[in-house]
Amino acid sequence: MLKLIGKSLVAFALVLSAKSYASLEIVITDGVDSARPVAIVPFKFEGNTLPNQRIADIVSADLMRSGKFNPIATTRMPQQPTNSKEIDYQRWMKQGVEAVVTGTIREVGVNRYAVRFELVDVFKGASGGGSSSAIIGGQLTTGLSHILDARETTISGDQFRQYAHRISDIVYEKLTGERGAFLTKIAYVLVRERADFKYQLVVADYDGENEQVLLRAKEPLMSPAWSPDGTKLAYVTFEKRQSQIYIQDIYTGRRSILTSFKGINGAPKWSPDGRRMAMVLSKDGNAEIYVMDIATKALTKLTNHRRIDTEPSWSPDGSKLIFSSERGGNPQIYSVNVASGVTERVTFEGEMNLAASYTPDGSGIVMVNRTNGQYNIARMDVESRYLQVLTRTYLDESPSIAPNGSMIIYSTLYGSSQVLALVSMDGRFKARLPAANGRVKSPAWSPFL
Amino acid sequence: MNLNKVLKGLLVAVPVLTLAACSSTDEVAATDANTGANTNQVVEQGLSAEELLRQQLEALRQDNTIYFDFDKSEIRSEFASVLEAHAAFLRARTNITVTVEGHTDARGTPEYNIALGERRGQSVTQYLANLGVAAGQMSVVSYGEEKPAVEGNDESAFSKNRRAVLVY
Repeated sequence: MLKLIGKSLVAFALVLSAKSYASLEIVITDGVDSARPVAIVPFKFEGNTLPNQRIADIVSADLMRSGKFNPIATTRMPQQPTNSKEIDYQRWMKQGVEAVVTGTIREVGVNRYAVRFELVDVFKGASGGGSSSAIIGGQLTTGLSHILDARETTISGDQFRQYAHRISDIVYEKLTGERGAFLTKIAYVLVRERADFKYQLVVADYDGENEQVLLRAKEPLMSPAWSPDGTKLAYVTFEKRQSQIYIQDIYTGRRSILTSFKGINGAPKWSPDGRRMAMVLSKDGNAEIYVMDIATKALTKLTNHRRIDTEPSWSPDGSKLIFSSERGGNPQIYSVNVASGVTERVTFEGEMNLAASYTPDGSGIVMVNRTNGQYNIARMDVESRYLQVLTRTYLDESPSIAPNGSMIIYSTLYGSSQVLALVSMDGRFKARLPAANGRVKSPAWSPFL
Repeated sequence: MNLNKVLKGLLVAVPVLTLAACSSTDEVAATDANTGANTNQVVEQGLSAEELLRQQLEALRQDNTIYFDFDKSEIRSEFASVLEAHAAFLRARTNITVTVEGHTDARGTPEYNIALGERRGQSVTQYLANLGVAAGQMSVVSYGEEKPAVEGNDESAFSKNRRAVLVY
């Protein structure tokens, strides 16, 4: 509204480490019956200054929202052992618990805590453990095969949350064979209708904690995209009453403009090697897919069609881009070979398919599918082309995949507001992350950090 | 900052075309209320060129929105007269530029909607060009689904959000 006052009024502010007040809290809307029962026993504390973060609660929440585990409530635990020797395996067996995590926190100095934990296989423990020559966890060599991992690490008081996510990663990987993604972040856009700076670009831990506002603006912010090394975001701003693509370092806050062509400057996506940026430009009159060499700013035009081409996304090996195109009528997904320009159609099912991206292993493509007028998140198997609609929420958009391929975060409508939601790659686990204050959109899951 | 004071200052200090950037009806109302005294003075001396332009722009801003069907960018015939009025003004005032903002409803993805909003904006500029407006007087910016005119997620809200707005 103050546009006419002109360029002298700086319409944005760079803010680092500022806390916003829209913490995302998770509400699980669809659990998985087959989620494996585990127990994260409250860690025993030895010392005077009680840390304000409870490790066991954080690990339990992590494992719960992975959709693969069902951590039992403390009240249902038959005992509260603090190490593997104290575990009464028969009682845990009776409870049906597969694995138990025990731990202790010792205050060893000013703001220094030694955290020790063990991950124990209940069934192996019940059958007598058995010795093993394997070195476990690199630090403690218990030599017992029922102890799946055991570590001791000294951390400072502000590292509890981070270390708890680290424990979750270890437990998840030991029990599933798949790398955990609990130490990742999400970037998203927060829109607060009555705020002075209505649009905010926010980075938070994957669970919504530790929100950091990177940018506040009076005009829309769109399309945050992570650099493959996890240090930068590319995004679109309208601060100058036109779209522009910026790159911003999330640690220093420093930003630089990448494109400011006439028309659309949109949908930036970093190549897997971090050297090129796929994007949408309409400088020649119509939305087309381009790849820019970030260092030289040299552009390669990959599409040339009078209908809309948009939403480029890289294949994991960087050889192809998949994108949405209207060239066949309604929007469907196509792929283009970056080197040869050879283009082929990828999706044929549904009224529309949009916003596609490959799963990290390249075996699937996640997208927004419209069937019977409903916009939902879907996954297509690349080999068989089998398309499975994963969600039943309303007006789903902007799907972004966890770097381990286990989960998709997306934006959807709940009540009258836009919120973030999670769905597991098989569609069985669903959760909602409503913001306390404002609409949340355009989530982008970070790479492994 | 007091917007009214700023606006008043601008009206005195800057040629009226600076107002081109202001878009919402609220702002127009604020301008009106505040420049009442100014206007009266001018009227007593007969309409100055600036005052005439101000009144023309004000009239055009009252009727500056073209609505579209879902996923469409064709101009509906009911908006022909609105666009003719804008075209006549722009043909007569070749030093004035207009920005056509393209918007969509919330359905579909943000990136697709940016492209759709641009196509709506281009439909309007093409229509004006066919009526003789010079290409250099017009530009398009698409906000896609990012700046809805009304909140809400039913057809009544959607239909008000699928629009192109001529902003002077």
